[in-house]
Amino acid sequence: MIMNRETIINSVLAALLIAIPLVAQAMGEIFIITLVTKVAILALAGVGLNIALGYGGLVSFGHAAFFGIGGYAAGILASHALNYQPIATWPFEISGSTQMIVIWAVALIASALAALVIGAITLRTSGVYFIMITLAFAQMIYYFAISWPAYGGEDGLSIYVRNGFPGLNTLDPISFFAICAVLLALALWFSAVLVRSRFGLALHGARQNDQRMKSVGIAPFRIKLTAFVISAMITGLAGALYADLNRFVSPSMLSWHMSGEIMVFVILGGVGRLFGPVAGAGLYILLEHLLGGAFDYWQLPLGVLLLLVVLFARGGLIGLLAGERKHA
Amino acid sequence: MFSLFLEQMLNGFQSGVMLFLMASGLTLVFGVMGLINLAHGSLYMVGAFACAVVAAWTGSFWLGLVASLMAAALAGVLVEILVIRRLYRRDHLDQVLATFALILIFSEGTRWIFGSFPLFLNVPDLLAGTVILPGGAQYPIFRLAIIAAGLLVAAGLFLLIGKTRLGTRIRAGEADREMIAALGINIDRLYTVVFALGAALAGLAGAFVGTTQSVQVGMGEPVLILAFVVIVIGGIGSIKGALIGSILVGFTDTMGRFLLPLALSTVTDASSATSIGSALASMLIYILMALVLFLRPSGLFGAKA
Repeated sequence: MIMNRETIINSVLAALLIAIPLVAQAMGEIFIITLVTKVAILALAGVGLNIALGYGGLVSFGHAAFFGIGGYAAGILASHALNYQPIATWPFEISGSTQMIVIWAVALIASALAALVIGAITLRTSGVYFIMITLAFAQMIYYFAISWPAYGGEDGLSIYVRNGFPGLNTLDPISFFAICAVLLALALWFSAVLVRSRFGLALHGARQNDQRMKSVGIAPFRIKLTAFVISAMITGLAGALYADLNRFVSPSMLSWHMSGEIMVFVILGGVGRLFGPVAGAGLYILLEHLLGGAFDYWQLPLGVLLLLVVLFARGGLIGLLAGERKHA
Repeated sequence: MFSLFLEQMLNGFQSGVMLFLMASGLTLVFGVMGLINLAHGSLYMVGAFACAVVAAWTGSFWLGLVASLMAAALAGVLVEILVIRRLYRRDHLDQVLATFALILIFSEGTRWIFGSFPLFLNVPDLLAGTVILPGGAQYPIFRLAIIAAGLLVAAGLFLLIGKTRLGTRIRAGEADREMIAALGINIDRLYTVVFALGAALAGLAGAFVGTTQSVQVGMGEPVLILAFVVIVIGGIGSIKGALIGSILVGFTDTMGRFLLPLALSTVTDASSATSIGSALASMLIYILMALVLFLRPSGLFGAKA
C-alpha cells in the first residue's frame, strides 16, 4: 500500500497523541497528561466544526454555543445529582446524573436540538449573513447563561467530583485521557466515513453549487442542516468532556472567543483536513503553554501568527507539511 | 413612573444613535469592499483609549475627542494598508480569521500598554449637570449632547454619501467595482478612505460611550455584536437600514430590560420577576433579529442575501 504524505502525517499525529501521555505517565508528569487531554477535547470540538466548516463550507462563528451547551449539560446534571434535587418533577421526575454516558447522551441531544433551531433559521441565509447570525445566536445563549441565576450565572458552576464511567476511575488522569482519546478517534473515524458516504458527496456538492444539487434532485437545505446538526453534536460532546476536565463550567465556554478559538484550531491545522483540528489544537495548546509561560500577553504573538497563517499559509499546518489538498 | 419611562426611552435612543455610529462603518465597509470586519470593535476601543489618554494629559475632553477621531482613523488606515487590503479578494472565512487575529493583537496590545484596569473619562464641564425632564426626573446633559452629536454625524454621513463627489464614488463602488476603476478612479485610495471613515465613526462612538461608562480592553466586543445584529436587521450594505436597525435595537434592548421585569412582576414575585425578566430581556434583540430574518431573509433594506 502506498501511503500519501497526509496519511503519514496523520499517523504521526495519532501516535504522538497516544505516546506523549504514556511517556508522561511513566515519568510521573501528570500535568502533561492533562495538557494532552485538553488537546484531545479541543480537537474533538474542532472535528465537529470541521464537518460544517471544512466539508460543508458553513462558516459557523457560533460553535461555542454547542460547546457550552454540552458543558452545561455536564454541569447541570452533576449538580442536581450531587444535591439530590430532581431537575424536573412534572410531568415525571427527572433526576440528575453523574454518569458520563448519561451526560453525553444529554449533551448530544441538547446540542442537536439547539443546532436544529439555529440551523433552520441561519441556513435560510448564506455568506456573511450566516457568519453574523450564528455569532449572534451564540451570543444570545451566552447572555442568557450570564443573566440566568439558577446555575451560577456569571460565576459558573463547579462540578465537585468528576463524573463517572463504568469500570474506570475517571479521576485518574490517564483513564480520563483514554476516554477522551477514544471518543476523538471515534469522531475522526465517523467524519472520515461521512465524507466518503453518499451524504458526504451531497454535502460537497451543496458547498460548491446549490443550484446544481437542486437540479439533480437533492435538497441542499436539508443536507446542510443535517451536517450542521451533526457538527454541533460532536462539538457539544467535546463541551461535556471539557467541563469534566476542568470540573467547572462557566459562560466563558459560550463566549465568542471560544467560537473563534475552535475556528482557529481548524484553520491552524488545515480546513477540511481530517486531522486538521488535531494538529491545530495541538499547536494552539503548545503555543499557549510555551508563550504563555514566558509572556503574559501571549495572545499578541498568537494573533500575529494567525494573521500570517491566514495571509500566507492558507493550507494550515497540514497544508504546509503535506502540500495542496487532493480533490475529494 | 412616567419620568422613568421617558428616561429609559432617551437611554434607548442614545444607545441606538451610538450603535449607528458603529454599524454605519461596518455596513459601508461591507457594502463597498465586501469585507466582514470583526476588528471594528477594536477601532472603537482605540478611539475610547485615545480620548481617555489625551483628555487626562491635556485636561480637555474636546482635545480627547479630536484625538479619538484621529487615532481611530489612523489605526484604520494602517490596518487597511497592512492587512485588510490583502483580504478583499479572499473568502469570508479568511476575512473572519484575519480580523479575529487583529482583535487578539489590538486587545492584548492595549492590555500590555494600559493594563487591565479600566480608565475613566470625565464629562466636560460645559456638559456636566442634569436637566429636569417632564415628570421631574433628572437627566444628564451629556447624554442628551451625545444623542445630538450622533444625530448630527448621521445627518452629515447621509449628506456625504448622497451629495458629495466622494459619496458618489462610494455608491458607485458598491454598485460596480470594475466599472469605477475603469473610469479612472483610484480604487485603492477610495477603499482606504472608506475604511478610515468607518474607523473614525467607530472611534468617536468609543469616546462617547467611554465617557458614560468606562474605558477598558474588550469594550468593543459587545458593541460589535450588537452592530452585527443591527446590520443583519437593516440589511447589509444599507446605511438607511443601519439607522433604522440601530434605533430599533437600541430601543428594544433598553426598553426590554426596563419593562420585562416590571411586566413579569405582575404575575410572579419580585425577585424571580427580576431574574427571569432580565434573562429574557438579554435575548430580546436576537429574537427580533430572528423574526426579521424569518420574514425578510436579507434584512429590512437589504438588496440581496
